[in-house]
Amino acid sequence: MAELDLKDIGVRGVNSTLHNLPEGTNEVDWVINNTNGQHAIACGLDAPLKVVVNGHAGFYCGGMNQHAEITIKGHAGVGAAENMMSGMVRVTGNASESAGATAHGGLLVIEGDASSRCGISMKGVDIVVGGSVGHMSAFMAQSGHLVVCGDAGDALGDSIYEAILFVRGKVKSLGADCIEKEMRPEHLAKLKELLELAEVDADPSEFKRYGSARKLYNFDIDNVDAY
Amino acid sequence: MCGIVGLYLKNKSMQSSLGALFAPMLIEMSDRGPDSAGFAIYRNEVDENHTKFTLASDVPEIAWKALDAEMELALNCDVKIQIMGDHAVLVTDADADKVTKWLIDTKPDIRIVGSGRSIEIFKQTGLPKDVAEKFELASAHGSHAIGHTRMATESAVTTAGSHPFATGLDLCLVHNGSLSNHNRLRRKLQREGIIFQTENDTEVAAGYLTWKLRQGATLHEALEASLEELDGFYTFCIGTADGFAVVRDPIACKHAVMAETDDWVAMATEYRAIAHLPGADTARIWEPEPDKIYTWGSGGSVH
Repeated sequence: MAELDLKDIGVRGVNSTLHNLPEGTNEVDWVINNTNGQHAIACGLDAPLKVVVNGHAGFYCGGMNQHAEITIKGHAGVGAAENMMSGMVRVTGNASESAGATAHGGLLVIEGDASSRCGISMKGVDIVVGGSVGHMSAFMAQSGHLVVCGDAGDALGDSIYEAILFVRGKVKSLGADCIEKEMRPEHLAKLKELLELAEVDADPSEFKRYGSARKLYNFDIDNVDAY
Repeated sequence: MCGIVGLYLKNKSMQSSLGALFAPMLIEMSDRGPDSAGFAIYRNEVDENHTKFTLASDVPEIAWKALDAEMELALNCDVKIQIMGDHAVLVTDADADKVTKWLIDTKPDIRIVGSGRSIEIFKQTGLPKDVAEKFELASAHGSHAIGHTRMATESAVTTAGSHPFATGLDLCLVHNGSLSNHNRLRRKLQREGIIFQTENDTEVAAGYLTWKLRQGATLHEALEASLEELDGFYTFCIGTADGFAVVRDPIACKHAVMAETDDWVAMATEYRAIAHLPGADTARIWEPEPDKIYTWGSGGSVH
């Protein structure tokens, strides 16, 4: 296992070390120390590395990730794993606003709570939150899954497209065009799979499913108040 | 985009290093606000018969020393002045309202930046590290401080338009965000007798709080009312005589993080401004919720 001291070599030094590893390298295990809440740690990785961010991270940690498995041991700032393409980002603490924003793929696990706008405009990522999510989560969520083991804040799934939301606790309010939907066997199976992948202990039968009522897809004068 | 920071020392034995802990917080937020910076520091409390004023002037050759004698003569009072860059801290036993009126009437080149029994406000255009150096922040002692790094969006880059803005005795405001109804609100407050020095939106928020407090509202009530009346995006940090308060608008687009240990309470726009504080890595860290008022008093507790 190789260690990188962020205080010593800076964010650019850490990220370029990880970017410049030769293809198929055996050096796959990395630990980044002295993170001090700096931004853009372990961004843009594109190899199957295992990276531990050892401490609280600033904004955009693990952003644009492809293939790598990144564990943030601490809290993550705004936009954790934003625009992730594949691989996995795990936050052992809480995540700030817009976690997993616009992410296309991979798995984002937040063991604690996520703040507002978790999964905003998500485009295929799967997000599992062990705690609760803040207001406007899954805003304009296009595809993928958001699993919330705790509660959801105001306006969950506002203007949602085809993402699927599972919430175990209370939903403070649903956003425009987001409704509760029937939990069918295929949804329970998917939810079980996601919880197992995330290594989060929760009973799928306790969740409710939410998704798009598909009434905002086309202009309808009767819905003008909702636009 | 701007950066705001606040630090309150629960452990009184750390008060001699307030500036040493706080200056790196302000400087770490330089990326968010490189055009101006400012801070309010609470220290050297004067007794109830005295008032402390922080004054500033854009006239480089301003005769601060002469002000001393002139004011003593005019108001029949005792005055002490300490010069700090282009700011001066004035302590007097004269009536605070009379001093304010006298300064406004006779000293058009001097701005009152703040007043109270312990508050001192320093602000200036330029990089946060230069502003901190100019006003000797790193060696400052005190009980608590709030600060601001500015990237102007709503009004000119001037010292007068920098934060913090005073909102009353020992009260001041720093703001990250922008207000959209400040012109209408400014006209309303002007009709109520509030005087504005700039076109700045935050000054309107400060004026609004001043107006509410003058009407007898508590700080909590004034902040609650501001959540109703101020339209826009904001995270506010309000310095008070014995602590500070934090409030975010209901949408909460403007970042904020808080941390607390047995020794201190800190708030910042970004965690990296807090990371260097002793014990930050194991502190209780959380994000203030939208539409909720957080205050710290001398009891050291979070409400």
